[in-house]
Amino acid sequence: MPKIPRSILAVALTAIAAVSLAACGDDDDAASSTSQTTATACQKADLALVTPGTLTVATDSPAFPPYVIDDDPTSGKGFESAVAYAVAEELGFTAEEVKWIRVPFNSTFAPGPKKFDFDLNQVSINAERQAGADFSSPYYTTPQGVLVAGDSEFADATTVTELKDAQIGVQVGTTSLDAVNAVIAPGKQVRVFNDSNDVVRALKNGQVDAIVTDLPTTLYLRDAVVEGSTLVGQFEAPGGDDWGAVLEKDSALTACVSGAIDSLRDSGELAAITEEWIGAEAPVLALE
Amino acid sequence: MAAVSSVVVLGGLALLIVSSPGWEDVQRTFFSWEVFRDSFPDVLRGFWLDVKLFLVVEAVVLVLALGVALVRSSRAPALFPMRLLATVFTDVMRGVPVILVVYLIGFGVPALGIAPDWLVEDPIILGGIGLALCYTAYVAEVYRAGLDSVHPSQRAAALAVGLSETQAMRHVIVPQAVRRVVPPLLNDFISLQKDVALVAILGPQEAFRVAQISAASDFNFTPFLAAAMLYLAVTVPLARIVDRQQAKARRRQGHVVPA
Amino acid sequence: MSAAPPPVLEVRGVTKAYGDREVLRGIDLEVGEHRAVALIGASGSGKSTLLRCIDLLETIDDGDVFLDGQVITDPSCAAVGVRRRLGLVFQAFNLFPHLTVLQNVVLAPMRSHGVGRAEAEAAARELLARFGLQGREGDYPDRLSGGQQQRVAIVRALATHPRALLLDEVTSALDPELVGEVLALVRGLKEQGMTMVIATHEMAFAREVADEVCFLHEGRVLERGDPGRIFSAPERPETQQFLRRVLEAGRL
Repeated sequence: MPKIPRSILAVALTAIAAVSLAACGDDDDAASSTSQTTATACQKADLALVTPGTLTVATDSPAFPPYVIDDDPTSGKGFESAVAYAVAEELGFTAEEVKWIRVPFNSTFAPGPKKFDFDLNQVSINAERQAGADFSSPYYTTPQGVLVAGDSEFADATTVTELKDAQIGVQVGTTSLDAVNAVIAPGKQVRVFNDSNDVVRALKNGQVDAIVTDLPTTLYLRDAVVEGSTLVGQFEAPGGDDWGAVLEKDSALTACVSGAIDSLRDSGELAAITEEWIGAEAPVLALE
Repeated sequence: MAAVSSVVVLGGLALLIVSSPGWEDVQRTFFSWEVFRDSFPDVLRGFWLDVKLFLVVEAVVLVLALGVALVRSSRAPALFPMRLLATVFTDVMRGVPVILVVYLIGFGVPALGIAPDWLVEDPIILGGIGLALCYTAYVAEVYRAGLDSVHPSQRAAALAVGLSETQAMRHVIVPQAVRRVVPPLLNDFISLQKDVALVAILGPQEAFRVAQISAASDFNFTPFLAAAMLYLAVTVPLARIVDRQQAKARRRQGHVVPA
Repeated sequence: MSAAPPPVLEVRGVTKAYGDREVLRGIDLEVGEHRAVALIGASGSGKSTLLRCIDLLETIDDGDVFLDGQVITDPSCAAVGVRRRLGLVFQAFNLFPHLTVLQNVVLAPMRSHGVGRAEAEAAARELLARFGLQGREGDYPDRLSGGQQQRVAIVRALATHPRALLLDEVTSALDPELVGEVLALVRGLKEQGMTMVIATHEMAFAREVADEVCFLHEGRVLERGDPGRIFSAPERPETQQFLRRVLEAGRL
């Protein structure tokens, strides 16, 4: 199942955990500095792998587009499949040396030994999960997505300005409200609902013209929940979720995967992959 | 003596709370002056929406509920279907949680696809209708108790001087009934003033929702305190009015005429 | 053809039952213009019920009531119109406690007879003054003594200029020292020629004021006639027994 956005309680808990974690050492900095200093140690031969000579990558079963096309991660088609093969290449593996296994979403970051070297499954990095598993540098930061009814006058919008007159609905406790106010600055006060069911209900009823959620949720809603709806586009806003590859707690491989992702980002290859698989689904709205 | 013991009790409680191990944490997350100051204007704006909604719903309820109560109290055989309808209405609306009615009206009516656009697009009106339905049922029962409490001899006297049934109701029975039920009516007002926050589930950014949004963004619950204080600023004076009205009613009953 | 005018009130064969309990079992009564008829009899004999039936506050089961020769107990007859032409004063006053004395009096003239406020209030003030209630116009009923309240109630009934006044034991709820002021008022009304039906326990008063006395017993008029004759030489044993009891109770 794709992840439905959390309640504010979960967010609050996360925050409290984040505060307490920050108090016992700055984890993020530690991770990234490690990746810098040990980059040279990430030779294929030196890596501690689940199966020597093979890079074992996990994802959920079934895996959904646009992350994995046709539930076949070995095809290299789909965002996460493509990222996995790009990372593998960075680490010196050929496509044939990549082996896929399936792991349910919730077990990916559960504490304990892992049967995979890393897992790509739209897992947001948060302090609670970091207590039980390692996370690589983020390979994706979720933008916001705008969903409207298929027959909406806003369906053809290509800029955020065109959405100014729309009655927009969001879910309380998500970053979407701030994102909408900051980027779209709509003329009508944004409606704020208790949960995603109510947001969807309001859209289906015509009580709001558009709903804004983080893009993965928007994709899910479009494909599985709101029949005939149109994803107008995506826009970047602060506060998006960071997705990282999940690794076993204190894995020596974490720094190597992070290093690979960082260099993919620096080279622009990560952006190209993102654009190819996610941008095709949700064009970036111009800020004009 | 009462003042001294109050100070001792309240002071003791305050001391107990302030000296508790978690106090600093509680103070930071619930009683932060900076957060209070920053969030208050937004919460106040949201609260103004609550107050406006409260006033409109209250006015509607006072009128509708009297109508329902009069129908239920009527004796005319021709009104039997209306009476049945009014009885079913009050039974159902009193028996269902307000939040459920607000939810059903707020999302259900637009889903029917027959409601006009202005209604579908206005959660305040939809929510207001839900609140009005519930409170009409509560207040109708209060009115009905008041109508029943007026002795039948008053009706007889009104008819005897030549008033019609309607005039007897309007000039003799209803004014006496309403006077008697002012305290319980005020109780329902207080309860409605708090329940208007329920329209938040339909999307409007009223005080509670604004506080919730604010609290979710920085994990500080002080904005809820700001909202609570605003509610209290309205409900506490209302409660004192209730007390005074009740005292007045008791005093009046002291030397009431044998009816 | 110069037929005699019909009596103001005429009751013919009226019966009334509450469930199995027969309260009126065929009452006949005639009240001519300017006459006062006293109804006497034990509690539960049907006096109050008869008055309420005449004022159409109760529906009768059988028989007819005529007001100025017109039948008023026909279902097609508008009760409101009939009640506007009659005045009924209750044992317990039944003033409207939420209205001042003046408002009590002007309510019916204004609402039911369409009299303007100024005119209704002027008339009410005059009536109140005539019955010794000047200065009490702005008071609420609970500020008045029982006697004053009952006088206001009578003024309220008179304010619509009724064809006949029905008085239902108007002194029974009063303390003994307050009875006199109300009886004096009724006496005054009789002198002015008001047509009245007076249900009462005050035998001396009935004897003095009434033109005719009817003795009700178990829903029937057992005996009727000139007050002097009824009180001094009652024919029926029930009447004799009733009067003896009243005498023993010191009410004669």
